[in-house]
Amino acid sequence: MAFSVMLTELTQGFLITISIFALTLLFSMPLGFIVAFGRMSKNRVICGITQFYISVMRGTPLMLQLMVVFFFPGYVLHIPTGNGWRFPAIILGFTINYAAYFAEIYRSGIEAIPKGQYEAAKLLGYSKSQTFMKIVLPQVFKIILPAVTNEVITLVKDTSLAYTLSVIEMFSVAKQVAAAQTTMIPFAVAALFYYVFNLLVSFVMNRLEKKMGYY
Amino acid sequence: MERNEFPYLEMNHVKKSFEHLEVLKDISLTVHQGEVVSIIGPSGSGKSTLLRCATLLETMDEGSLSYLGKTAAYMQKDLSANKKPMSDTNRRSIYVKQGELDKIKRSFGLVFQSFNLFPHYTVLKNLIDAPIHVQKRPKDEVIQEAHALLEQMGLSDKADYYPYQLSGGQQQRVAIARALALKPEVLFFDEPTSALDPELTGEVLKVIKQLAETHMTMIIVTHEMEFARKVSDRILFMDKGYVVVEGTPEEVFQSQNERIREFLGKLKKD
Ligand SMILES: Nc1ncnc2c1ncn2[C@@H]1O[C@H](COP(=O)(O)OP(=O)(O)O)[C@@H](O)[C@H]1O
Ligand SMILES: [Mg+2]
Repeated sequence: MAFSVMLTELTQGFLITISIFALTLLFSMPLGFIVAFGRMSKNRVICGITQFYISVMRGTPLMLQLMVVFFFPGYVLHIPTGNGWRFPAIILGFTINYAAYFAEIYRSGIEAIPKGQYEAAKLLGYSKSQTFMKIVLPQVFKIILPAVTNEVITLVKDTSLAYTLSVIEMFSVAKQVAAAQTTMIPFAVAALFYYVFNLLVSFVMNRLEKKMGYY
Repeated sequence: MERNEFPYLEMNHVKKSFEHLEVLKDISLTVHQGEVVSIIGPSGSGKSTLLRCATLLETMDEGSLSYLGKTAAYMQKDLSANKKPMSDTNRRSIYVKQGELDKIKRSFGLVFQSFNLFPHYTVLKNLIDAPIHVQKRPKDEVIQEAHALLEQMGLSDKADYYPYQLSGGQQQRVAIARALALKPEVLFFDEPTSALDPELTGEVLKVIKQLAETHMTMIIVTHEMEFARKVSDRILFMDKGYVVVEGTPEEVFQSQNERIREFLGKLKKD
């Protein structure tokens, strides 16, 4: 196989990798907020359920969670799922896992805002939603940005777990080509892809952090 | 200005406990419009708690609270003439509806010991955001007034700074300006200079003094005795959840009450 053919295949895999990455962030970041609010809820039942959910997501391997999501409809609900289920299952599995991690990051950020900020806002007449949107949230963003960066970088690497459900992302391609050709080159190229991708992510997040550094 | 027949603030027989710690034991406080009242006393005596009850940041367990004759909270027994007598455990303050409380809240401002400026807003935005987005006043007018306030505070050149770029004394003056930007009828201060280096307290006390000269109604918790003596119409000395001595500055500083003598004596030694 020519190097250029290998590169084309890897690039196609890379596009799948990027889709998994982008879709996971798109869904898990907002979902994390809902989970964080559940976790901070004064309602014991809601708080308990979200706490349990978070601890399961953080306490079991992501690979196992992906398997469960994939096989659950067929094995437990007896709904037949075909090959078409592989990719959505990956997105769903990643999303519920990352939402739990993001939720804990959001929560720590929200709890780091001093009580005095809420009291000042209350005295100035801000409503609860104004206080959250204008006073709390912008400050939370700045606090959590480094932790979010870590998660995002981990996610770039975690996307390779999609190969467990035979979703042909970059890592799967690399493995196939390497086995067929008995060569290490695909792995090296894949590593380079991940590395450059993460450099890019770091760069963007750094810029964001700088932008938030105005105060 | 028309003088209202009602005192601005009237608190009667206020009690407040945290868990099993009784912090306010039986406090009554009346403040008339235009008055400057200082509250002094050892730390832990309940001064902040009293201020937080007066500004609705904390709810009282017992006692009544009214502003300009409008009731914010009343004792349950007051309204139960037709019912059987309340047992002691049922005696508690009942607050009026949130909407009423919100209206009352608009009439006062509070300056905190720790400033509590919004760190992500510039000085100007700290001043104008609430008048524009809470009071819905015209932006141009609010900005103009904000600049005038900053000038009054000696901070004309700091409008575009962020709080972290200012000294503590400057931050506290911004906090005072922020409270004034909402045009409150009354300002509460909770130890406005306690977080400041000694050389910075003067500049903050000076602007409070200037406000007193304009007959702004103010209730000030402070450890600055000289300042309290000069600026106050009336001083309350609190100790262990009670108002022990109350009167004009002369009366309070010349009081022979043992506890206040001990308190003032300790301050001199520090
Ligand atoms: N939210 C709270 N929870 C429990 N205890 C409190 C709380 N606020 C104040 N206290 C206690 O109440 C007492 C009086 O506090 P405070 O009103 O702050 O006194 P001061 O302002 O005169 O120093 C202190 O013993 C303090 O620890
Ligand atoms: Mg205090």
